[in-house]
Amino acid sequence: MLSMFLAPETKEAAKAAVGNVAAAAPPAPPAPKLPPLETLHSWAMPTQASTFAESTDNLYLFIVFLDAFFFVLILAAMGYFMWKYKRRSPDQKTSSITHNGKIEFLWSAIPAVLLVVIFAWAEIDFIKQTTPPADAIDIRVTGRQWFWQVDYPDYPGVSLTSSTEEPLITMIVPKGRPVRLIMTSEDVLHSFYVPAFRVKKDVVPGRYTTLWFEATRVGEFNIFCTEYCGDRHSSMAGVIKVLEPASFEAALREAAKLEQKPTESVADFGGRIYTRRGCNACHTLNGDPATGPTWKGLYGKSETLADGTTLTVDDNYIKESILQPQAKIVAGFTGANMPSYQGQLDDKQITAIIDFIKQQK
Amino acid sequence: MATADTSSAHGGDHAREVSFYAAKTGLKSWLVTLDHKRLGMMYLVGTMVFFLVGGIAALTLRTELLTPEQDLVSATTYNKLFTIHGAVMVFLVIIPSVPGALGNFLLPLMLGAKDVAFPRLNLLSFWIYSLGAVFFLITLVNGSLDTGWTFYTPYSTSSGTAVVTATFGAFILGFSSILTGLNFIVTVHKMRAPGLTWNRLPLFVWAIYSTAVIQILATPVLAITLMLLMIERTLNIGIFDPAMGGDPVLYQHFFWFYSHPAVYIMILPGFGIISELIAVHSRKHIFGYKAIALSSIAIAIISFLVWGHHMFVSGQSELAGVVFSFLTFAVAVPTAIKVFSWVATLYKGSIEFNTPMLYALAFLFTFTIGGLTGIFLGALSVDVHLHDTYFVVAHFHYVMMGGTIIAFIGGIHHWWGKMTGRMFNEAHGRWGCLLVFIGFNMTFFNQFIVGQQGMPRRYATYVPQFQQQHVLSTIGSYILGLGLLWTAFYLLRSLKTGAQASDNPYAGASLEWQTQSPPIEHNFHGQPRVDTDPYNFPQIDRSGGMDHH
Repeated sequence: MLSMFLAPETKEAAKAAVGNVAAAAPPAPPAPKLPPLETLHSWAMPTQASTFAESTDNLYLFIVFLDAFFFVLILAAMGYFMWKYKRRSPDQKTSSITHNGKIEFLWSAIPAVLLVVIFAWAEIDFIKQTTPPADAIDIRVTGRQWFWQVDYPDYPGVSLTSSTEEPLITMIVPKGRPVRLIMTSEDVLHSFYVPAFRVKKDVVPGRYTTLWFEATRVGEFNIFCTEYCGDRHSSMAGVIKVLEPASFEAALREAAKLEQKPTESVADFGGRIYTRRGCNACHTLNGDPATGPTWKGLYGKSETLADGTTLTVDDNYIKESILQPQAKIVAGFTGANMPSYQGQLDDKQITAIIDFIKQQK
Repeated sequence: MATADTSSAHGGDHAREVSFYAAKTGLKSWLVTLDHKRLGMMYLVGTMVFFLVGGIAALTLRTELLTPEQDLVSATTYNKLFTIHGAVMVFLVIIPSVPGALGNFLLPLMLGAKDVAFPRLNLLSFWIYSLGAVFFLITLVNGSLDTGWTFYTPYSTSSGTAVVTATFGAFILGFSSILTGLNFIVTVHKMRAPGLTWNRLPLFVWAIYSTAVIQILATPVLAITLMLLMIERTLNIGIFDPAMGGDPVLYQHFFWFYSHPAVYIMILPGFGIISELIAVHSRKHIFGYKAIALSSIAIAIISFLVWGHHMFVSGQSELAGVVFSFLTFAVAVPTAIKVFSWVATLYKGSIEFNTPMLYALAFLFTFTIGGLTGIFLGALSVDVHLHDTYFVVAHFHYVMMGGTIIAFIGGIHHWWGKMTGRMFNEAHGRWGCLLVFIGFNMTFFNQFIVGQQGMPRRYATYVPQFQQQHVLSTIGSYILGLGLLWTAFYLLRSLKTGAQASDNPYAGASLEWQTQSPPIEHNFHGQPRVDTDPYNFPQIDRSGGMDHH
């Protein structure tokens, strides 16, 4: 019975152990440098940048004061008794009091009433936070290990992503307009969190969750993943940019543009796609195997596939792997579920990626 | 006042009998023992060994967090460290600590019984615990575990680490917990000494009893949940993984249906210890005995109805969130009653600041912070901001470590003389307590600040602006580690060099103090009888103390 449980584990563990040794040796990639969480209050909550923030913070403060009051009360009583009734002689006189119904009722009833007040306040705010207005702009958010993809149904073809290596503008929203995020995950649980907006919602595979907010302040704010999702959980961070409604659309189109610049080589353009479309979440450039094979020395290499056959990595194989990732999987990477980029990358972009891979010798 | 002797009370002091340690010797006398005291000591050693393992993992990950970048260990290793720390501390240390070690040792003594109701079942519980621990050790050397102690799906379905070995270990440990709970419930119902009515039970017994009720009602749900997870992983039957048609949120409901009550499995025994310590060392009748006893039962019942507060942002229905939030506030009231009652017990007492009492007072400080910060997390809109941030990390460490572990260490000191027959050095004890108290608060208090500023938990790397607080936390954790090592050192040293403990060094009135230190194999000479409650200290002290009967 034991071997039934242990056998598959041992194999996986051995594989994982090999991967770890390789992954531990070189210095890890730096965490993205994100905009600082600007703090405005002396008690140091992040910037208030959504319509929810103020009320949430007020309730937070209310509880802080209430807690502080009771904590001081309890400690003061305790400290006073400790000083006053310290044992000074072995036969020190003690009181034979055992209980007091009145005071026991009071210290049950008063906290109970205060707790109901806190409950009601929080409940009213929570219901607001979970009821998006009908005129909200819809944005689709997809969580993947380890980046966010953000699509704008109202602006076909506009798609933004985060990167594990640099702070990319991951989402652009207009100030003063309600925005509703319809979110799902393609692999494991994630959670979409914007501290400055005081909003958070788990992103769950197999179902849609929604979250809405109305930004009140122009600027750039952090997005964090707050549901543990594996190795690079802490690098699954992005930046949300709030703009005046007038400049929103132009900025969105500009940010979403993923075209070769006149000054840029095809391979450099491919390098930009590598970070912008999340390839870097699973493929390294320094020779380490990660979730997927490294791109270093990949082009022209002879690979053994999971079914035992071998092939030489060429333009056609790379293109096929981008569009149908599950068709021919390299041995050792069968567990990785790379999503298809069919319809998400055009031929020019794929060519640029191939050129970029060729460069990684 | 309780009296422990009927047969030879008029014949002066009976001859001292050999202690249970000396009554039998050899390895076998431990491995197949039916003696609750020996089993208690073995649990104590077991939980302390794993406390060291979990602690080393904690200090390693705190060291990694000295800098925002990833430098000491890889991200994978970091994830394994916090997982091992959490899983070991919850399943192998905190849950079995107080019931397994102090509960086993003290419960029959406090009841005036020869042993627990089912001594063989008790031995089985211990070996089941050991078997579960072996599975955790296999996990450690066999690819380890990187899912977080919560094993959330579908990450745990796809993780390449030893998930099945670890969950099978937790599955096995659950049975140890269930059988111990069952044993204690029957023992409390059937084995009380003549005169020891429910209203005269020491509050430690009430606490262990309430805990046992939760253990036998909630733990089977964890066992089933982990079994389903193992079935999903080994047989590819979709239960929780959406890729196979399962539902990951269902897993969270199942998991927290056990794991929230488990929070009270962890803290209620700590409450019991504190009630004993404060009453004995302030020579006062515990204030509001009935309120404290009944609030334990109230907590045990309500604890089954609040699991959803771990899931306010998980995608569960909003209405469910509202209901769970309300019930969560309901559980805060009995907890507040306890804290107020402990403080009121000090009033007009005769307070001795020895090591056990210092731990009890430290508990009042840290646990009160832990309890009060729970209010933020029960409030729906505020929780949305704080959920899965360092605020939560700080909160539950204030409850689990600042509550249960501090109480446990206090309890070990309080009953050290009874359990080992030796006294530790008081001055050493006070220094240890000071280090633990300072180190603990320095480690965790500023994590509330980091959390409210939005730093998520389980992060190997972080935004540089949090570095200062992380450095402070890490230094605090070193002080805490030092304090704990120091405590282990002088306690172990006292076994060789400590003064002989008297039978009742702190003039306690419950029955465990009415026998030798360490107790004789069958606990008592003759059948103890009880004619009053165990907290009548003012009257006892006036009539000349416990030692002169």
